[in-house]
Parts: sequence; structure tokens; C-alpha cells
Amino acid sequence: MTSIKIDGQLVEVPDHYTLMQAAEAAGAEIPRFCYHERLSVAGNCRMCLVEVKGGPPKPTASCAMGVKDLRPGPNGEPPEMFTNTPMVKKAREGVMEFLLINHPLDCPICDQGGECDLQDQAMAYGVSGSRFDENKRAVEDKYMGPLVKTSMTRCIQCTRCVRFTTEVAGVAEMGAIGRGEDMEIITYLEKALSSELQGNVVDLCPVGALTSKPYAFHARPWELTKTESIDVMDALGSSIRVDSRGSAVMRILPRVNEAINEEWISDKTRYIWDGLKNQRLDRPYVRRGKKLAAASWDEAFAAIAKAVKKPGAKIGAIAGDLAGVEEMFALKALLASLGSTSIDARPAGSALDPNKGRAGYIFNPTIAGIEQADAILLIGTNPRHEASVLNARIRKAWRASNLPIGVIGQANDLTYSYTHLGVGGQSLADLAAGKGEFAESWAKAKNPLVIVGEGAATAEVLAQAAALATSGNDIAEDWNGLAILHNGAARVGALDIGFVPGKGGMNTATLLKGDADVLFVLGADEYDLSTLGDTLVVYIGTHGDNGAHRADIILPGATYTEKSATYVNTEGRVQMTARAVFPPGEAKEDWAIVRALSGVLGNPLPFNSLAQLRAAIYATFPHLARIDTIEPGKLAQVKKLANASAKVSKASFASPISEFYLSNPIARASATMGECAATAAGLRQAAE
Amino acid sequence: MRAVQFLNALLLREFVSTFFLSMRYFFKPKPTINYPFEKGHVSPRFRGEHALRRYPNGEERCIACKLCEAICPAQAITIEAGPRQNDGTRRTVRYDIDMVKCIYCGFCQEACPVDAIVEGPNFEFATETREELYFSKERLLANGDRWEREIAHNLLADAPYR
Repeated sequence: MTSIKIDGQLVEVPDHYTLMQAAEAAGAEIPRFCYHERLSVAGNCRMCLVEVKGGPPKPTASCAMGVKDLRPGPNGEPPEMFTNTPMVKKAREGVMEFLLINHPLDCPICDQGGECDLQDQAMAYGVSGSRFDENKRAVEDKYMGPLVKTSMTRCIQCTRCVRFTTEVAGVAEMGAIGRGEDMEIITYLEKALSSELQGNVVDLCPVGALTSKPYAFHARPWELTKTESIDVMDALGSSIRVDSRGSAVMRILPRVNEAINEEWISDKTRYIWDGLKNQRLDRPYVRRGKKLAAASWDEAFAAIAKAVKKPGAKIGAIAGDLAGVEEMFALKALLASLGSTSIDARPAGSALDPNKGRAGYIFNPTIAGIEQADAILLIGTNPRHEASVLNARIRKAWRASNLPIGVIGQANDLTYSYTHLGVGGQSLADLAAGKGEFAESWAKAKNPLVIVGEGAATAEVLAQAAALATSGNDIAEDWNGLAILHNGAARVGALDIGFVPGKGGMNTATLLKGDADVLFVLGADEYDLSTLGDTLVVYIGTHGDNGAHRADIILPGATYTEKSATYVNTEGRVQMTARAVFPPGEAKEDWAIVRALSGVLGNPLPFNSLAQLRAAIYATFPHLARIDTIEPGKLAQVKKLANASAKVSKASFASPISEFYLSNPIARASATMGECAATAAGLRQAAE
Repeated sequence: MRAVQFLNALLLREFVSTFFLSMRYFFKPKPTINYPFEKGHVSPRFRGEHALRRYPNGEERCIACKLCEAICPAQAITIEAGPRQNDGTRRTVRYDIDMVKCIYCGFCQEACPVDAIVEGPNFEFATETREELYFSKERLLANGDRWEREIAHNLLADAPYR
């Protein structure tokens, strides 16, 4: 700790603090454009100038100078820093005047207007006039793909975007060329950005140079209703803010959550919102002859009741990636009341089993814990596509410590360097046997982290992964390194409430063969339903996608922005979405559909409101009541898992996501995502 | 006292003075006007019916900045914006003013950075139904086209005082 006097107030701050951090600790506000907490220090905007005593006799950039860089006084007095002197005021006014020399006065047509750092700081720290009579410079706009709209004349060259893409996103595709007035931020070859995190540069840009292309000109920040919610596009459950106007979601922004997404979100999370309007199921449908015909709720329920009440009818249910805990709990209770245990929420072949303990199916070390890992093994997963923000966290750990990373499965560009150990079970067995260079560094790891993707989660792989995560001699005692990276936001919640086949029940693979007479499909669109034969399919979901295509009866549900639902993320963290808008047309919240159906089937479920339903859930699964906390898995369960079979699986592992931008029904309904997928395909083709 | 009263009554004094009062006004110039055929003076600052203006080349001025919508104390203005089809510039898709809600405060024209929305000199737009008072963008632009000369003149006349 070192002491420094800030505006006459003596504060104690850690040695590594910069003057800006020290000022923040003392409660003094310092304006800035280029400085960002999560990026490297550039020091090029000069807005954070302060006056110091014990340093150079001129204004100093507080973001780049450390408290230890200042000399104490002749008698050992602590160095001093001032943020409110005439020198500082003059410096800020001067810097602001220079910044505004070339910044166009087009705030009324700029999408950043109303939430612009430059606008706010010009009001707070600038002067009202300009002494510049020459022509302003103009810069040609650049093409950066279908998501980021550029207006480069507005750019103040803070280089936040360049630093973000290079450091966090891990694609060195943006840079600055030219000097002085001719400096321009470009993508070198006028190429679309290839990162899945590129949308974050829109948030980072302190001016309106980089704005959101799909959102262009659609709304102003002051007319939007902000709803704090969580994302369901991947199993991370990133914290988001849903901005809506009237009945439409206008945009989605990240919220800061150090434990999960820091302040980044993936492009799928951010730009999915046009998919929430397109292709929506807004009324029930019943198949008459070969065609689906619009029907009333009563007709649809009557048709289901007729099929369910047939003597000896075998009934099953599959839950998809986007289902909340509430509706799955209700559906499970409904099936139980009909005497069926054929329920499943896992993809076919998955061996994740809630009966073997929670540690066997969650991301035990937690997402923030990735930074403590000193060796990482990825099995059958492409985290860049399955959980882009988590991939950025792995990259952060890799940048900090250059830790060894091994990959078994497809070799993709993950934005960090890794050792590709092989594609299938044999390579995993070799690693377990200690063969190869990577095995040596793995054996030395204190905090080894094994990330198993959903595409590889078979019993043998799980056993071997658990063994690799626990068997090393040097492993820290409190470290639990087995991490399952799920693909659907619904999965851990489903496993938590036991949405898996009970005694004598059929699992996903069997149900998909068409062995059930009536199959409830709760938003499960990622499966091939063509093999179902003459099963009566009841689809409860939101979009006209694969499931609705095959369905015989469609019951329209609500998306994650239209209901308050509980989701458990891949770490096992319980989170809740909030309703931003109402479902369209006659669509209802999914749990209410199941509850209403149970009444028609003559066996009403014992809850009439969301509160009663939640009370019932919490009574059985008390950990789900603890919102935003993780019920940790036990290390002993992982060790037990490791003792299971040690057979070697022959199959090669593949990530379940083939196309990042089109991995769920909402994304497939989104025109923006379609455009992104086409652009990404073009980039891949160009690379080959 | 009684005598004065008696004389006033006998000589019809009040009647005669009233007669002369009415004759005085009878020969004075009349302040009333024959309204539908004659019109009074309207100040350049008069805040009447709204209009959306165009530039001389026919391009609409409004750039959909939504400042008028934000400032409107009666929340009478509704704007939807988006990039225009042909050139991608920022334009309104919809610009509605609910003239029933409007309180004619003139904040919208004060807020407008491009002098697009103005309150013109026209005050004769009474309608038979409420629906006719929900002005759309087309109606407002047509108003602008019709009143442009007067509006431009008024803006010029008021400019020295701004």
C-alpha cells in the first residue's frame, strides 16, 4: 500500500494502482475516452489529464501513470494529485476543443445520441464555442460486416475497438493506419470481422463511429424500457439488459457480471432480437388432414385429450434448449399424473445423470475459476461457438499465464494456441496413460481443468475426464476441475429437477424412434423428428421451426423475453429472466399452457399461479430458490465418476454446434443471424 | 334632491345621453371583422397548425432525431424511424401528431435542429371527427408544401429576435 493525497484528501491505495484508479478510490471523477478497465492502457485521448505534485510539472495522463511513479516531497510527504485545479480545467477544455475540431456536429442523426460519452463530457468539461475555422476532415466509412455500422468521420481514435478485437476477441483484424489527421481505423482489407464477440465494439466505442447495424436509426435510448434479464442463447446465462419499446424488443445489451460474462456478450445474444418477432406462433394449430389449421385453445386441448385418454397410450416428453425450469417442472408433473416417466431433456447418447450427483453435470470450477486453472483440456467442444464469452475467458487466462491447453476433437481456431492431441477416444486414453508432451505438463498442474462438451458426454468420456481432473498428484485440495460445458440454457435446470427418464421410461433416443403414441415436445427443435412415424406430436414452443413443422398440435408459448422463468447455467448458477414484453397474439407462458392442459385432462396440477408453482418447485428443490448462487458439486462425486468404466470409446468427438449463428429456433428466425451465417460462410470459403 | 330627480325624469336625460353614446359608436370605425371573408392580423410567432417542411430541392428536412417527440409535454408526437430504402439515410417511417392531444406550446419547433417541424400560421383546421385530427406524415408534409411561403416569411421575420 502507498499513500497519495488526492484533492487534499489522503488515501491509501495498492502499489500497482494508476492515478486514475486512486482517484476513483478517493471518489474524484476523471473523464476518459480511451481508457477501459478490461483493456490495455493506450493513453492517447489525453482526456484524463490531472495535475500532480511530485511528478512532471505539466498535466499528466492519469490512466497511464502509477501512484508509485510519483516522488514523495522533500520531507517524505506523500505525493499529491489534483483533479479540480484551474490547470486541470484548462487542460480538459483544451483536449475537448481539439477532439471536437474534427468531430462532426451530427448528433441529431447519430445513433449514439443520448448515450454518447463525447456528448456528455463535452457538456460537462467542454467550452461552448470553437475557434476552428478551417474545414473539418472527413473519413470514408468502412465495411465491417453485417453487425457493425461505421461512421468513421465521428471517430476520435481512442483505439478501444482495436484493443478489444486484438486482446479480448483474439482476432487481429482491426487496426489504425496513417498518422495524425490521416489516422484511420480500418479492417485492413475491408473484410467483415470474424469474431463472435464483435458486437461489443459498439458498446466500447465512446462516440458514434461504430454503431449497431440492425438497430440503425430505430430508437433513441430515452424511449426504451430497460429490463434486466439473462440470456439463454448459450448455457452461460450472460447478464443482459433487454431494451423494449411498446410490444417490441429493440435491442439487447450486456450487463456487468464479473462471475459470468464480465461485460461482454456474444453476437448471437446481442443481435437475436429480430428473431423474436419473425416466424412466431401466435395461435394454436391442429393438423387436419395433411395441413395445420388454426384452432382455438379449446379445440387444441380437446384434440390432445382425445389422444392421451386412449387406453394404453404411451406418452413421452422431450424438452429443448430454451425451456425454463418452471415449464419443465409442470410438464414433468403432468406426465407423472398421466403415469408416464418417459421424459428427457438431454440429447441422444448423453450420459449425464443427475442420480450420480450434481458435480457430474455442472461446470464445477465456475467460469471465473477458469482464471485459476494452470492447464486446460477441451474434450469434444468448440467453446468459441458453444460459449463465446467463456472462450474469451479462457483466452484471458491464456494471455495472463500462457498455460498449456490441449484439445481433443476437431481442431478449430479458438483464438489461443493449443496442442491438438487427437480427434477421438484413443487420444483421450493416451493422455490418461501419460503419453505425450502434453501429458507431462498436465501431470504437473495444480489446478487442471477438463472441459467436456455436450457432444462428447458419453459415460466412458465422462469417466476418463473425471479421472484426468482428479488423479494428478499435485492437484490442490479444494480444486474440482471437471467442467461440463452444456449447449442449451435449459439443460442444467432440467437435470436439477430430474427431467430424465424414470424407472421404465424412454429416453430421447427411444422417444425419437417413434415408440411413444403421444409426444410432448417442449421447444425441442434441434432433433430430427422425421423418424417419429405416426406419433401424435404436441409442440409447445415459440417459433415455426423443425418442431412445429412435424407437430400435429401446436401450442404457442413465450420466449425468454416474454416470461419470468428460472434457468440454471452451466456452472449450476440459478438465474431468472424478467418479462420485457408480452407474448404475441394468443400465445401464453409455457407453464400456464401445461397447467391449463392438465385441467382439460381431468387431473389439474396443484398450482394456479407462478408463485404457487415456484413454491412447489422450491419445496422439492430448495437450491433453486437461491437466485444467483451456485450449489457446489461435491468432489467425491467426481472421484466416484472417475472410478466408473474405463472403456475407450472409438468415436471421434464433434461439437454439437455446426453453425454458430443458427443454433436455435429464435436465431433461425432472425434475418440478422442469417446474414451473419452467410458472411461467416463467405469468410471460411475465402480462407480455404 | 327630489327636484333634480323630477327634472331628469321629465327631460329624459338618461335616454338622451344613451342615444348620443350609441350614435358616437355608430360613426366610429368598427373593430369587428366579417370573419370568414376578412381576417385579422397574425403574428409571425403565431403557433397554429403543424407542418413538416422540405428543402428547396424537395428533400424532406426531418432527420428523425426524435427531439420533438422527446420534448413534447403532451406526448402528442409519435415517430418511427429507420434507414431510407434508396440511400440509407436516417428518415422517419412514421410521423404522427395527435392534434387532439397537442397543446400548441411550440416546444417541437424549438427543439427541431433543422427547422423541419414548425407551427404555421393556419388556425382553420377544424374537423367534424376526431380521427381527422390524427395527422400523419403525409398530411404534415402537405401542410408544409401549402404553407411554405408564409412559414418561410414568418421564420425570417422572427429571426432577428432569436
